[in-house]
Amino acid sequence: MNNDRDTGSCCSSDSGKDTSCFITMVGLDRNISPPEIRKTTSVITFSDRFDHILARCGVKREKHIVSPGIYELGNPTPDSSVFVSANYTLSFDALRNSLAGIDCYILVIDTKGINVWCAAGKGTFGTDEIIYRIKWSGLDQIINHRNLILPQLSAPGVSAHDVKRRSGFKVEYGPVRAEDLPQYLRTHTATAEMRRIRFTFKDRLVLTPVELVHVIKPTLLAAIILYLLVGPFAALIAVVTAFTGTVLFPALLPFIPTHDFSTKGLILGGIVTIPFAVVVATNSMINSAMSPLENILTALSAFLIPTAVIAYIALNFTGCTTYTSRTGVKKEIFRYVPLMALMGGLGLLVLIILGISLIEVI
Amino acid sequence: MFNSYLENTLQYYPEKCINCLMCIQVCPHGVFTGGKEHVELKSPASCMECGACAGNCPVQAIEVESGVGCAWAMISAALKGKDMDSDACCCGEDDGCCQ
Ligand code: SF4
Ligand code: SF4
Repeated sequence: MNNDRDTGSCCSSDSGKDTSCFITMVGLDRNISPPEIRKTTSVITFSDRFDHILARCGVKREKHIVSPGIYELGNPTPDSSVFVSANYTLSFDALRNSLAGIDCYILVIDTKGINVWCAAGKGTFGTDEIIYRIKWSGLDQIINHRNLILPQLSAPGVSAHDVKRRSGFKVEYGPVRAEDLPQYLRTHTATAEMRRIRFTFKDRLVLTPVELVHVIKPTLLAAIILYLLVGPFAALIAVVTAFTGTVLFPALLPFIPTHDFSTKGLILGGIVTIPFAVVVATNSMINSAMSPLENILTALSAFLIPTAVIAYIALNFTGCTTYTSRTGVKKEIFRYVPLMALMGGLGLLVLIILGISLIEVI
Repeated sequence: MFNSYLENTLQYYPEKCINCLMCIQVCPHGVFTGGKEHVELKSPASCMECGACAGNCPVQAIEVESGVGCAWAMISAALKGKDMDSDACCCGEDDGCCQ
């Protein structure tokens, strides 16, 4: 058991005045009865798993939510631990699944169906919402102690000392990954390894469906237009470009040289598009009426445009990662977006000039 | 070369630190490490400016301009003529990235 476990009354904190102000501020009625305590289990059903797949694919984005409030897992007593989670099914289910066999309460706050990390970044998994949910749920009437266990990744949105000062509840940050909770609960201390964020192959791969879904419409549109204007080979380049940016790039991220995402994207884009450019330069399959110079110029476009697009998709992957600082991303934008625009623009210009000259020939 | 992430806005004032170790608990990148009288900056370049340490330091010994490193949000803010830092993140929007 944690020796620091706080069993003092909420009212013994220096939060009395602040709490009253807060209750007034959020319009809570002191006489209103607390919401019912719901029951949950650690079992992840088939329908939960189906919901996870839909969530991972970004289908019905706003539907993967759990009602905010207090949940009982197992048969908790007033001395049982209280875990705080986001009201996003993937976050809530990962927590309850990791707590199999542990009797406890889960306080679900309203993060608008956003995961813990992103909600903390936006401030919705934040100090105010936690204090509000403590008051709203009447948590202090249900448990004897004044301890909350939060996921470590909620820390960017939460100020532990502010929660304590304003509500009397002590915040304890659990490990980064819910799966480490059983080990963490034995001593209430996390190892350095448990505190570190990882971005494993699996972590990166689960992001790819939603990335693919984002680009699927523009890719299909580009592929159809290219098919009609140039032929199946050009349509294939469009599909490969989208697949490389959204699936290959995340999968290969740590293995591509350089640190910046844009340069990684340029390298990967170059490697993937060079074969297409070579085929175009050496083969008259695009248009047999074209001169060698026109073939080479078309090949240049077949290299420049997809490489620039792949680099741009790669740069945008910064938002999905857990280690890109805002300062660094801004630098990347100023350094490389002009280059990407130049490459894409030059490629398009060459294609337009070639198109006009071909029309004139016809 | 080709590393835009060597510098960031993290500032640490060791003279203010009361050695509560909260920053070590919340930092997901092991930027801080334990010291005798106060914590030490171990790998400042690993900081991703999440703001967890600054928000949880009870004595304001850490400052950081926190924000989300999301190129999509910054570029779309710039395209709308807004400050690049104004759209912190695209999460939760229809085409949001965060799952
Ligand atoms: S801002 Fe985040 S990543 Fe940077 S030192 Fe603080 S906790 Fe660590
Ligand atoms: S949180 Fe602040 S006071 Fe506590 S160890 Fe870190 S720098 Fe020092």
